[in-house]
Amino acid sequence: MSWPDLAPLWLSVQLAGVTTVLLLIVGTPLAWWLATTRARMRPFIEALTAMPLVLPPTVLGFYFLILFNPNSTIGGLWRDATGETLTFSFSGLVLASALYSLPFMVQPLQTAFEAVGRGPMEAAASLRASRLDAFFSVAVPMARRGFLTGIVLSFAHTIGEFGVVLMVGGNIPGQTRVISIAIYEQVEVLDYAQAHALSAILLVFSFTVLLLVYTLNRRAPVRVG
Amino acid sequence: MGLSVDIKLALKGFSLEVAHAFELGGITALFGASGAGKSLLLRVIAGLEDGAEGQVSFNDEPWQGRGRFVETAKRGVGYVFQDSRLFTHLDVAGNLRFAAKRSGSKAFDTVVKTLDLQPLLSRQVTALSGGEKQRVAIGRTLLSEPRLLLMDEPLAALDHARKTRLLPYIARLPEAFGLPVIYVTHSVEEVTRLADRMVVLANGQVLAGGGVAETLARLDIAEASGKFEAGSVVRAVVIAQNERFRLTEMLVAGQALSMPASVVKIGAELRLRIRARDVAIALRRPEGLSIRNVLRGQILELEQEAETAFAELLLDIGGGQQLRARITRASVAELEIVVGDSVFALVKSVSFDRRALPKG
Repeated sequence: MSWPDLAPLWLSVQLAGVTTVLLLIVGTPLAWWLATTRARMRPFIEALTAMPLVLPPTVLGFYFLILFNPNSTIGGLWRDATGETLTFSFSGLVLASALYSLPFMVQPLQTAFEAVGRGPMEAAASLRASRLDAFFSVAVPMARRGFLTGIVLSFAHTIGEFGVVLMVGGNIPGQTRVISIAIYEQVEVLDYAQAHALSAILLVFSFTVLLLVYTLNRRAPVRVG
Repeated sequence: MGLSVDIKLALKGFSLEVAHAFELGGITALFGASGAGKSLLLRVIAGLEDGAEGQVSFNDEPWQGRGRFVETAKRGVGYVFQDSRLFTHLDVAGNLRFAAKRSGSKAFDTVVKTLDLQPLLSRQVTALSGGEKQRVAIGRTLLSEPRLLLMDEPLAALDHARKTRLLPYIARLPEAFGLPVIYVTHSVEEVTRLADRMVVLANGQVLAGGGVAETLARLDIAEASGKFEAGSVVRAVVIAQNERFRLTEMLVAGQALSMPASVVKIGAELRLRIRARDVAIALRRPEGLSIRNVLRGQILELEQEAETAFAELLLDIGGGQQLRARITRASVAELEIVVGDSVFALVKSVSFDRRALPKG
C-alpha cells in the first residue's frame, strides 16, 4: 500500500483555519449585535444567518457559483481587484465556506453573549470601562466557552464540507482539492486503499480535536488576569 | 455639592417623573415602597437608562440634557448593585484591580483594610457568601474612585445577621472616602441607622425630602408610601446607667426616657426611633401602669384616616423635637382631643440607633 497523498488534508486544514479566523472577525460583532439589539429586524437577520443549517449544500453552492461567476457583479469586481476568479479558487472556497459555516460561529457566540447579559456590562461601565474595553475585558472572557464551541464547530464543519466545495471549487490539486473531494474521487476510481487511508486520517483527526475540546471544556474555568 | 435631576421616563405601565435637587453630603436615603421607582431613578442618575428624557447635572456639570448624554463610564459614578455583579471570570483581587487599573487608584490597601477584604483576595467570587460579595462589590466600586456613590439596596439579599454586620462599613464610607452616597432602601431601620437626609419616592414621584427626623415625622408620607412604617426619630442624651434594673436612662427634650441597658457612654448623643403605633395617648399622667416612658407634648397635627380605624397625631415634645402617635379614631373621639391640646405620650417601645449624631 502506497503512502497517501496528504496535500488534500493539508489544504482542508488551511481552508478551515482561514475560514475560522475570518468567521471570528465577522461573526463576533454580528453575534454581539444579535445578542444585544432591540431592533425589529433582528429575527430577519437571525433567520438569514441560520439559512445554511437547512439549505442543502448544493443549493448554496449553486447560488455561490452564480454570484462568484466572473460575469456577475461580485465575481467581476473580485477579478478586477485581484486578477483571479472567485470560482474554482482557494479565495472563493474561503468565502463560500465562511457563509456556509456562519451559523456554527454565530449561534454559540450569541447564546454565550446572551448568557453574559447586561448586568456585568453595566457594572463595567460604572467602573469607568468604555464599551470596547468592557467588551474585551468582560464580555469576551465571560463568553469564552461560546468562543471555544464556535471555533471548534466552524473548523470541524469546514473540514467536513463537501457539497459547496464541489459546486464552487471543483477539483484542482493544491487549490480546491480538499480531503472530502479527494476521497470522493478515489472512491469513484475504485482506489479503495487511498480512500481508506485518508478517511482513517480524517476520522482520527476529528476525534482527537473534539476530544481535546471537550476535555478543555470540562476543566475548571480558566482564570484570566 | 448637589445633584439636580429633572427627568421623565415612561415604561410599560409605569412612569417616573422626578424634578428634585439632591443636596449631597453624607448618606442620602432614597426611600419608598417596592415599585416606587427608586432603583430606576438611580439608574437614570448613573446613565444606565438611555430612554430617560430631561436633564441631570452633578455640581453644575451636565450629565444629560439638551441633546447631550454623558456615558456611565465618563460620569464618575460608582454603583453598588443589589446582586453585586462581580465578574465571575476574575477572583476577588482581580475584581478589585479591574477598577483600580481604570481609575489609577492607589487606595488598594486602604480599601482592603477598611472593608476587611484581605482574607478574601485570592478567593473565587462564586465561592463567597452574600455578605462577602457585597463587601467586595463595595470595595471594587470605591477603587473606581467615584465622585458619587450610588447604592441600590445593597443589603436586600442578606439575612438580618449579615445586614447588621455590613451596616457599620457602609456608615463609615462618606467620612472615610469623602464621598457623597445615595442609598436606595425600603427599610426605615436602614434609613435611621445610616442616613443624614432622605428623599421619599412613591409611584415614580418625589413626595418629600430633607433631614431624616423631619421627613419621617411628616404625616403625609405615611399614607402615600403604603408599606411605610410610620414613626419618628428623636435625639436623646444618655444620663445614667441603672445597674440594678439594667436600664439606660436618657433625656429627650429635657424629659426622662429609659430603655433596656445598652453599652453606651454617659453623655453620648443618640438617635432613637419610636414607631407611631408604639405610642399611646393619655390626658393625664397615668398611674398604676407598667409603661414607664411618658413624654409630655402638645398636639401639632391631628389627621383622621377616614377609610381606616386610625388617626395619626404629631406632638411637639419640646426642644424642637416631634413625636408621632397612631391611635384609633374612636379614642380621639372619646378623649375629645383637638390640635393645641396638651397630652401625655405613652411610649411602649423604643428602638435604638448606635450611630452617634453628627455634631452641629
